[in-house]
Amino acid sequence: MITMRYLPHTPEQIQQMLTVAGADSLESLFSGIPEECRRLQEMNLPEALSEWALNRHMDALSAGLAVSPEYKIFIGAGRYDHHIPATVSSLKSRSEFLTAYTPYQPEISQGTLQAIYEYQTLAARLMGVDVVTASHYDGATALSESLLMAIRKTRRKRVVLSSLIHPYYRRVAQTYLEPAGFEIIELPFLENGLTDLSLLEGAVDIAAVALQSPNFFGCIEDLKAGGQKAHEIGALFIVGFTEALAYGLLKSPGSQGADIVFGEGQSLGIPIAFGGPGLGMLGCTPEHTRNLPGRLVGKAKDMDGKNGFVLTLATREQHIRREKATSNICSNNSHCALTAAMYMASLGKSGFCDLAILNHDKAAYLCRGLSGAGFKMPFQGTFFNEFVVEFPEELETLYQRLLEKKIVAGLPLSAFYPELSHHYLLCVTETASREDMDALIREVTPCMNP
Amino acid sequence: MHEPLGASGLILNERLLWEKGRKGRSGFSMPESDVPSSPLPPDLVGDGPDFPDLSEVDVVRHYTRLSTWNFGVDTGLYPLGSCTMKYNPKTNERQAGLSGFSNSHPLLPESLCQGALRLMADLERFLAEITGMDAVSLQPAAGAHGELAGMLVIHAWFKQKGDSRSKIIIPDTAHGTNPASAALCGYSPVPVSSSAEGILSPEAIAAVMDEETAGIMVTNPNTLGLFENHLKAISEIVHAKGGLVYADGANMNAVMGIADMGRIGVDVLHLNLHKTFSTPHGGGGPGAGPVCVKKHLEPFLPVPRIIQKDTGQYALSEDFPESIGKLLTFHGHFGVLVRAYSYILSMGAEGLKKASQLAVLNANYLKEQLKDTFHLAYDRPCMHECVFSDRYQQAYNVTTLDIAKRLMDYGYHPPTIYFPLVVHGALMMEPTETESKEDLDQYIDALKKIAEEAKETPDVLRAAPTRCKVRRLDETAAARKPCLAG
Repeated sequence: MITMRYLPHTPEQIQQMLTVAGADSLESLFSGIPEECRRLQEMNLPEALSEWALNRHMDALSAGLAVSPEYKIFIGAGRYDHHIPATVSSLKSRSEFLTAYTPYQPEISQGTLQAIYEYQTLAARLMGVDVVTASHYDGATALSESLLMAIRKTRRKRVVLSSLIHPYYRRVAQTYLEPAGFEIIELPFLENGLTDLSLLEGAVDIAAVALQSPNFFGCIEDLKAGGQKAHEIGALFIVGFTEALAYGLLKSPGSQGADIVFGEGQSLGIPIAFGGPGLGMLGCTPEHTRNLPGRLVGKAKDMDGKNGFVLTLATREQHIRREKATSNICSNNSHCALTAAMYMASLGKSGFCDLAILNHDKAAYLCRGLSGAGFKMPFQGTFFNEFVVEFPEELETLYQRLLEKKIVAGLPLSAFYPELSHHYLLCVTETASREDMDALIREVTPCMNP
Repeated sequence: MHEPLGASGLILNERLLWEKGRKGRSGFSMPESDVPSSPLPPDLVGDGPDFPDLSEVDVVRHYTRLSTWNFGVDTGLYPLGSCTMKYNPKTNERQAGLSGFSNSHPLLPESLCQGALRLMADLERFLAEITGMDAVSLQPAAGAHGELAGMLVIHAWFKQKGDSRSKIIIPDTAHGTNPASAALCGYSPVPVSSSAEGILSPEAIAAVMDEETAGIMVTNPNTLGLFENHLKAISEIVHAKGGLVYADGANMNAVMGIADMGRIGVDVLHLNLHKTFSTPHGGGGPGAGPVCVKKHLEPFLPVPRIIQKDTGQYALSEDFPESIGKLLTFHGHFGVLVRAYSYILSMGAEGLKKASQLAVLNANYLKEQLKDTFHLAYDRPCMHECVFSDRYQQAYNVTTLDIAKRLMDYGYHPPTIYFPLVVHGALMMEPTETESKEDLDQYIDALKKIAEEAKETPDVLRAAPTRCKVRRLDETAAARKPCLAG
């Protein structure tokens, strides 16, 4: 028996407690379970490891993963490598936050509640909306929930999605919407890397039009135009993002006419962690508040008139409304929302805007460098910290060789858009140095003139 | 006699973040720019989000003060029924924080992320073994998301057979997420009541199961803390009409190494890694809700699936044409999966079984020690939790809510209250295996004192809590005129 350090019972205590419980042995506590429901054999699992053996095993597994700064990884596409201040890592680990559950009992959970209220406020300011929920699982599920909101509100069964919304987000939306019989229509993209809105003219019976900006190619969409077109056909206008930092620089989705805003908040101080957990952000204008899915924290007064916070508008939720609830969501990604609030507070407006500018400047540097080396930039739209390059066919073999040199030269797009063979999506954040980018340019240049 | 656990100490008030901000401060170490400036066209640029500017010390004090207003498992006993608030081992945090696990990108070429894929493949295998199921997807992000995955799998299975069914059986003891998840697949719930024993009877299911009904969603052990003893017979009834059995595995902590869900006839099951497998609840997530299925439902699991190639290398495969699709952008809550994997490796088969045995021992001990003090809804041996009510205290005009709030003054997080709905004024207690006899005895003592107070000085209960940061909050007024942002 190697580790029982989480189990505090001594053999004598087990005996005393069994006597109180009226059982002869630990096994006999389960004597009511019929034989036909029991396991026939003991569980076949690896032998328990000591803490030190576990450390060795986990160190070895973890070492089998490529991470910066050892590797120079120019991939974003929904997960972004940003510096995380030590304060954020340290404060979020405080076990009063980490080992509590959903604040059902507000008097004993005011720390979580005030922190989430502050998250809702900062996130609303970032997204340019009035209300933001306490969190969803990730950007894709936040999109799916916004589409369902629009379907409930308009009582229409069709939604329109830009084909430049993250391909995985669109697939998640399909999983959520199709079984209940809702239809998804996709808008193609134009040569400039922006969504073709012309198909919206005269469209009928559409619950929502959804765009992502910066879109999957990194280009900044014309949200004002999208909003006008959506509203002309009586649809709600939904806007989202995969890179929250972009809104340190860009006009907020709410200010451009979005009714519902969704996004991924991983950039806000949350480690990439092989893609999860992230932070689903979802907000809206005030007229849609009572239609929002998921938890909300609101201000309240106690018996003495003192200020405090509670979970509120619970009558929308599954534990009260059951099958008529606005969503099935229960546990969300509260700890990630807490982390995001800590990050936004650490940067402040000045830091957040400066960091956004730095990200754009860096990406622009790489883009100019590659362009100068003769590579083609297929889309002319303005980008934030990601952009598409068309490399010559020769890059495919070079790409593999670069992996051995610990450079990941962007994300091949052909798996997502078959028509875009040899197109790569590149991302640069503040973590990439000029030297790293110069090295990438140097390494790929030979394939221009093989 | 010990001093009571609950005591008042110094805590500090703390203003809202934006009331502390002063322009010109910063809590972030901005990297030097090593590239030329490259401004965006001015018409695209906004004013920037109105965040307060704070120093690093401001931020640290703010969140440290807030944290002291919270109660977590590390603070003390947290007997929230059906939530399995067991101790969250620190070594799991260490493992999840390793650079490879916390910094790797989900779109890396497979050759550069073998460590993560192997961990996930192993964890899938472990969970299949623990539940007695055949195949697992780790993608669902939480329990309700796992339920949705399970319902979508059932929906896809019927669709492939060209059979469209419109209803699903859901017992009255079910968690609210069950009917809400079923509704997303277009199923309307058919409620069934549990018997006088607190469990489902085969007769009740036979009376409603028909060929319009996709199957049954059943929590086992159920939310009364009772094992569904007739589940095998119920599964046979459901299967005979072409239906499927979905089990909510939220309460798996009671039966690891003991029950075999596959053998019972369960077709789909979800687990909550943040309950049974000790990952921290985080103030309301992130959790993880893996979905486990029997062989015949494997083709419908979410993609990508992790496969092992002939070379021994792991890979992600989308080649499952009958799959329900994707449920989350990437591969599930990987950070949570690392913690659960680390827990299973620390415990081993013997340790996990012991955890279940002691969880059940603790609940039965609590039940026996308190059943003369509080009304016990179902007086029979329980699994991991037991459900009392305020019936004995009603004579003094004291409610479950008052009892729960008074527990805070004694230094405990209250149990789950007013759930399950079938027990009027329910107090649902799940002590978990990581509480010692001494700690349980002190908790039992506190509850007995509260019951005396209910008789002698009921106003004390009605005024509780008095030792928390705030007193009882007016939730009705808060919902009437919601203020959701500052």
